[in-house]
Amino acid sequence: MSILINKDTKIITQGITGKTGQFHTEKCQEYANGKNCFVAGVNPKKAGEKIFDIPIYASVKEAAAQTGATVSVVYVPPPGAAAAIWEAVEADLDLVICITEGIPVRDMLMVRNRMKKREAAGGKKTLLLGPNCPGLITPDEVKIGIMPGHIHRKGRIGVVSRSGTLTYEAVGQLTEIGLGQSSAVGIGGDPINGLKHIDIMRLFNDDPDTDAVVMIGEIGGPDEAEAAMWCKANMKKPIVGFIAGVTAPAGKRMGHAGALISGGADTADAKLAIMEECGFKVTRDPSEMGKLIKAMI
Amino acid sequence: MKIHEYQGKELLKKFGVVVPRGVFCQSVDDAVKAAESLGGKVWVVKAQIHAGGRGKGGGVKVAKSLDEVRQYAGQILGMQLVTHQTGPAGQKVRRLLIEEGADIRKEYYVAALTDRATQKVAMMASSEGGMDIEEVAHKTPEKILKVFIDPEEGLTDAQAEQLANGIGVPAASVANAVAALKGLYTCYMETDASLAEINPLILEGNGNIKALDAKFNFDSNSLYRQPEVVAFRDLDEEDADELEASKYDLSYISLDGNIGCLVNGAGLAMATMDTIKLFGAEPANFLDVGGGATTEKVTEAFKIMLKNPKVEGILVNIFGGIMRCDTIATGVVAAAKETHLTVPLVVRMKGTNEDIGKKILSESGLPIITADSMAEAATKIVAAVS
Repeated sequence: MSILINKDTKIITQGITGKTGQFHTEKCQEYANGKNCFVAGVNPKKAGEKIFDIPIYASVKEAAAQTGATVSVVYVPPPGAAAAIWEAVEADLDLVICITEGIPVRDMLMVRNRMKKREAAGGKKTLLLGPNCPGLITPDEVKIGIMPGHIHRKGRIGVVSRSGTLTYEAVGQLTEIGLGQSSAVGIGGDPINGLKHIDIMRLFNDDPDTDAVVMIGEIGGPDEAEAAMWCKANMKKPIVGFIAGVTAPAGKRMGHAGALISGGADTADAKLAIMEECGFKVTRDPSEMGKLIKAMI
Repeated sequence: MKIHEYQGKELLKKFGVVVPRGVFCQSVDDAVKAAESLGGKVWVVKAQIHAGGRGKGGGVKVAKSLDEVRQYAGQILGMQLVTHQTGPAGQKVRRLLIEEGADIRKEYYVAALTDRATQKVAMMASSEGGMDIEEVAHKTPEKILKVFIDPEEGLTDAQAEQLANGIGVPAASVANAVAALKGLYTCYMETDASLAEINPLILEGNGNIKALDAKFNFDSNSLYRQPEVVAFRDLDEEDADELEASKYDLSYISLDGNIGCLVNGAGLAMATMDTIKLFGAEPANFLDVGGGATTEKVTEAFKIMLKNPKVEGILVNIFGGIMRCDTIATGVVAAAKETHLTVPLVVRMKGTNEDIGKKILSESGLPIITADSMAEAATKIVAAVS
């Protein structure tokens, strides 16, 4: 088991003909069962062609119908990325993973509201991971996204983070001390996104093959605090927590569009305090994440 | 991206929000001419800088004669205006707004912003205008009203009326207030703003509702489709080093500490800064080299960090994924040579091609200190500078 994806997942790549989409699709194909998982690409102008033996279809709907794929990954450039997400939603996919960085916030606001309305009206619930995220991986089964596959190792620790390289840092520490990962998920650094910490924690809690979780957050927004409150009441597994940005000045956007302290409740210190209150083992030293997990299981 | 008050008012006016008549100027003579052309007996001389708190810092004055306009414009233009948002050095005033006086009967606060929790735009309004809204939020949160807007319907008349009535706008002026709120919302959406704030929005004796101030911030992801907003950009108001860094696609923010740091990824960059502090020093900057770092990019990053005279040492922290450690190592060696680096340099590399990267560093002949973990890197750079 794992969360969201496994070796049997069938995946459509939206933006497969672009430079980024091509580069990463090849890497994902090379990883574990990738050859069997990446079954379709989408580009209306190149329908009927193939890239790395992957057939290209005119639309997500057609690609899904022809291949049985239930997941898509989006590398479409920012101006068209929100429309690509919506296309995947309208095709009734289970999960859309949007890697694209730099999507206008208003576009994400519109697409998220349309998704929620569609669901409220009885439409199929399509999960969105990202945007502006590294994707997710279930080690030794399938990798969807831009993370380096070789640092991972199959195991029983879940990892969730808003940041790409900080996810790799946690994974690297775990692998180095002999602890593998059940799944590692990057939820992305944008202010308006899909799955949040709380959603991923729920999934890890329900996954019989996850024993403990590393939850990594950063300054800005209410998500980590919400997840912590939920965990306090529901989580049955030990959690190590870290929040990046103790030294970040208020009012400055720190690289990620969502990494901006605006109120006072969304500082790193405030989030660390709530997580600690809710039973997390929190650390201010990111080099300790792996060791702390090891001590808890 | 931020803009000036007078530019914000131009935008608001375009979307039907009433603003005072005013003229933007850059010299004392022009300020006097502007007051003459506006007519009347009272004018407001307003410093135009991107920071808030201008009034308290002495950057806004009410003039009751043309001589006073001249006097105040002379005082304000060129001053180093210090507010709670500028830092102790202040910001030099290069631009002025001369406005007609207003007949203020009541001051309100209104703003639009994107609410992350509901994933909707929130319109906020308060009867406590003219004050620091964060203080109001802290002390009397019940005095801030909020409505959340369905982006496909926009701000409805009912919602706008609810806000106007809720903050105590007199019945005769509610229609004017509704027009102002709807204009503000439309302006916010159409310009891809991330914050649009009018503080104060005033009620005049004749029942008019006017925006006396305008504060905007824009979503930088959307600037490619907002040429009118981009044209408002004032480079004098931006940090020169941050601007230089952005030319090389480096995300850089200068801070007050003594250790420069160069990292790939925003989250890891913040975590590196935090580790530096945890081990007894202070970060001098935030610097994310991004995914595709080249030798040129690393060299420029070193140059920008080293411009800061407070930098006593540099910590490079790279987690190699798609970007390989050997590429970064080559870049670091070239950058250290080209900048004739004299401060201690600690490099920590993990991930793809880590061993080749370390070999390049050790064979460079440069006194580069290497480390395996972030904690070790921070310990070593702190020891090297003390």
